[in-house]
Amino acid sequence: MNWFISMMSSTIGRKLIMALTGLFLILFLVVHLSGNLQLLKNDGGESFNTYAQFMGHNPLIKVVSIGNFFFILLHIVYALLLTLQNRKARPVGYLSETTKTSNWNSRNMGILGTIILIFLVVHLQNFWFKMKFGYVPLDDMGYKDIYMETKEAFSQWWLVALYVVSMVFLASHLAHGFQSAFQTLGLNHKKYTPAIQFIGKAFAIIVPLLFAIIPVMMFFNLSF
Amino acid sequence: MAVLDAKIPDGPLAEKWSKHKFNLKLVNPANKRKYEVIVVGTGLAGASAAASLAELGYNVKAFCFQDSPRRAHSIAAQGGINAAKNYQNDGDSVHRLFYDTIKGGDYRAREANVYRLAEVSVNIIDQCVAQGVPFAREYGGLLSNRSFGGAQVSRTFYAKGQTGQQLLLGAYSALSRQIASGKVKMYNRTEMLDVVVVDGKARGIVTRNLVTGKIESHSAHAVLLCTGGYGNVFFLSTNAMGSNVTAAWRAHKKGALFANPCFTQIHPTCIPVHGDSQSKLTLMSESLRNDGRVWVPKAIGDKRKPEDIPDADRDYYLERKYPSFGNLSPRDISSRAAKEVCDEGRGVGSTGKAVYLDFRDAIKRDGRNAIEQRYGNLFDMYQQITGQNPYETPMMIYPAVHYTMGGLWVDYNLMTTIPGLYALGEANFSDHGANRLGASALMQGLADGYFVIPYTLGDYLASNKFEAVNSDHSEFKKAESETLATIQKLLSIKGNKTVDQYHKELGLIMWDYCGMARSAEGLALAKERIRTLKEDFWKNVNVIGANEELNQTLEKACRVADFIELGELMVDDALDRKESCGGHFRVEYQTEDSEAKRDDANYCYVSAWEFKGANQPSQLHKENLVFENVKLSQRSYK
Amino acid sequence: MRKLNLTLKVWRQKDDKGKGKFETYKLNNVSEESSFLEMMDILNEDLATKKIDPVAFDHDCREGICGTCSMVINGKPHGPLQTTTCQLHMRSFSDGDTITVEPFRAGAFPVLKDLVVDRSAFDRIIQAGGYVSVNTGVSVDANEIPIPKDIADEAMDSATCIGCGACVAACKNASAMLFVSAKVSQFTLLPQGQPERHRRVQKMVAQMDEEGFGACTNTGACSAVCPKEISLTNIARLNREYLTAKVTAQEV
Repeated sequence: MNWFISMMSSTIGRKLIMALTGLFLILFLVVHLSGNLQLLKNDGGESFNTYAQFMGHNPLIKVVSIGNFFFILLHIVYALLLTLQNRKARPVGYLSETTKTSNWNSRNMGILGTIILIFLVVHLQNFWFKMKFGYVPLDDMGYKDIYMETKEAFSQWWLVALYVVSMVFLASHLAHGFQSAFQTLGLNHKKYTPAIQFIGKAFAIIVPLLFAIIPVMMFFNLSF
Repeated sequence: MAVLDAKIPDGPLAEKWSKHKFNLKLVNPANKRKYEVIVVGTGLAGASAAASLAELGYNVKAFCFQDSPRRAHSIAAQGGINAAKNYQNDGDSVHRLFYDTIKGGDYRAREANVYRLAEVSVNIIDQCVAQGVPFAREYGGLLSNRSFGGAQVSRTFYAKGQTGQQLLLGAYSALSRQIASGKVKMYNRTEMLDVVVVDGKARGIVTRNLVTGKIESHSAHAVLLCTGGYGNVFFLSTNAMGSNVTAAWRAHKKGALFANPCFTQIHPTCIPVHGDSQSKLTLMSESLRNDGRVWVPKAIGDKRKPEDIPDADRDYYLERKYPSFGNLSPRDISSRAAKEVCDEGRGVGSTGKAVYLDFRDAIKRDGRNAIEQRYGNLFDMYQQITGQNPYETPMMIYPAVHYTMGGLWVDYNLMTTIPGLYALGEANFSDHGANRLGASALMQGLADGYFVIPYTLGDYLASNKFEAVNSDHSEFKKAESETLATIQKLLSIKGNKTVDQYHKELGLIMWDYCGMARSAEGLALAKERIRTLKEDFWKNVNVIGANEELNQTLEKACRVADFIELGELMVDDALDRKESCGGHFRVEYQTEDSEAKRDDANYCYVSAWEFKGANQPSQLHKENLVFENVKLSQRSYK
Repeated sequence: MRKLNLTLKVWRQKDDKGKGKFETYKLNNVSEESSFLEMMDILNEDLATKKIDPVAFDHDCREGICGTCSMVINGKPHGPLQTTTCQLHMRSFSDGDTITVEPFRAGAFPVLKDLVVDRSAFDRIIQAGGYVSVNTGVSVDANEIPIPKDIADEAMDSATCIGCGACVAACKNASAMLFVSAKVSQFTLLPQGQPERHRRVQKMVAQMDEEGFGACTNTGACSAVCPKEISLTNIARLNREYLTAKVTAQEV
């Protein structure tokens, strides 16, 4: 086990955790988005509530969701560890940080991550917490009517605005994180890396954009 | 003259080294760990020697003044390294490499040493490849070669234009491995300031820690000086800013003879001087002459842009004068030819001290891509320095001081006249005669370090008895206090002129009178001026700060003080040698078509100078050179 | 030829213990043909004439290959061009410019004086494994093992690192990954490096961490300032090599 401990305590090992948890969360985003897009279906929330019922009661999903929280936690803890270590690596800074040779988001993943974390807390408190522990009326099928809850929530303009803005930060975080994860895993090849980078950029734009569209459309009572 | 015994083994030339290796005494493996060896300098010679000796089991202490052993100036060698591999099947052989080197050196080098160099050259390439040096390769996966000045075969191995870097990093990695194993103790940012001789044997050195200023002694059973050349005596040269003669000079003052100090190589392809604030000259690899054509306008005062001058009005003077070698003529010949056309007033550029090196035809012939492949990084470097694009307009080049063939006198075993004190690489005089061929310096440094010293040092250690001496010995204490006294003296002058001012003045004197063309009259004048400069230096130099700190002015002052003394010896040597040979050109001695005219009857010797005390004339000893295997002839590259 | 009048803000620090601060110096009539270090020489000559301690800075070959020079100029290691400080020329600046000159900043590169830093951490990383363990005297012919040209070229591109430390200086985490990856890549690519492949990468990374360099967050700042344009591909390769070595090497 020595090798494992030494690997995981090395800078590269820590980055490995960041990359793997990051990629898992990226996958989670896809699943989460595909479910949430059902909010935009013009069926009074039927399919969405069915989906929510399934997600809330399927034992496998339950395990995965615990894993999901665990990975978020791991992502945060290792981000903190790395940030502390990186801060220590440069005790005295520069006077003139005028010339920048890298992208802003790549240098500020910690700040972006923190903003996303704050959003996550608000988001969980709004929906997940309420669904699990609060009172939610039932719909015609006898499922918890999360759809109505969501609709109500997104009738508040400021919450919609918060969601939209947060998605911009998520996009920025993903734009670096996606391809960075592959770099950290050492998955680099002359032929495939350009594709990974392209997909990363596309993902970082499309996924947060679709997420952001949901509250906006619900606010304006639009649906498909 | 009995002081100089070169200890050249008997027997036929081709068998001398193998026979000698067999005759050398060996140190038994268990005893090797009882010996301490000091290696000063971590360039190709130093790093390879330190690593090889440590691998054998000796305890090595290695020193460099740079912040890391990897920075030694060998790193800057661009073009390549020669080896008689004959991979190209173009007629190369150990004997041909030997012959080219002897001839290139204008018959002023020892046959036996040069033959050995050619012999071990093949092992160097094997060694370096095994270390992971990424030499250039062909598509078939085999090593690539190119040709170089002074040779008609392709025997030069290279790694882009950074061959010196790759070879040095190879030696540095071998050294690092030994540092990790504990067999080498490495002292970075530490400068050697004296050799300590106890009972007639070199037993250690005195150093200054360049960060704290601490003067320290280190004892050993033998001391290896691998401290490079002294080209910086000219202030402007292609050497690194820190390259200096101090270690060799202090050894000289302790009794080691200094050989052929006036043999300096002026490299033909350097970027011309831009102005007063210039601090160093940058070499453009000689390999450029493989494809570049050297020319000046035919007419004096032709101020047209080079691109606008038609071939009919261009004088490709190297091709004209030396049709068979053309642009690949040896360095001394090419340099002098450039000086000649500039002296005629046909030089180009703002100072008139430059000639064109034109790639127009090569680009037309092979395409821009091929040229970029071969010289891309050199072209980029040129553009960065001059702001001109050599793909579009010819480069401008001018000769600059590059290498010093002279150095501490050593015998066949690389030992100086002080027993136990060795000199390797550029720091010794042994292999290049009066002129070094391109791509031979790397070869010599590594030959000395990897393949010669591991054998010859063992013989010395095995055949001598050593008293127990440590750094508390009175000779060490004496040397320490003398070193400190010199430093205190320099610090106490507090005069009005900066160290660089003196260095620049010295450089100008040397360049004007002891540079590419020398005359009895000029040399006499130079001697006078150097004396005055020296007196003034010790009265009026301004060295700011204290010893007990990182003090770069003090470092420089110590080095310049030694350069001034060396300059005088170089002038003496140039005065003594009343002939022209290789890099030493006395205007009084030239053929009708202005070529160097050797005087084999009277000057076929190595001048080895003995220090006789401050302000005393040095004493000349002569080691007569015997040529049994080559016929001395007027060098012809026509 | 243009002449420049400049204001220089230079970090001055007496020794490794002292606290440093910026000093401002005026310098007039600097030729644009001068290199940046020649401009520093002029400053130092000027200071020396005024009996002020000249600014200590590391430099040696002045042709861009030894890797000794090491300043951060206007916030960028080696200044505005992607080259070494010694190859930077004053034509890259304008008359009246204020130029800030600072030492490389990293915990693993302590300042020794003014602009001089101690980069021996790099040496120790190489000592940990940046070599092929062969003794002098190998008798395998150099052409015994053919190496495909593209592999040899790629190894050369990695081996071209000059160990200046600009990558560390530019990285917001003061990470040395680019330096380490360049050496690891060179030997990983070449057949000669194979026997020690796993051992080397583990030891070098362990030493890198021990020296206190930060982690790589893939910002790419290192490669963007690298005078030898060492690419980020090397870092990916280092990650791959390290993780593979850890997972597959025989030792437990």
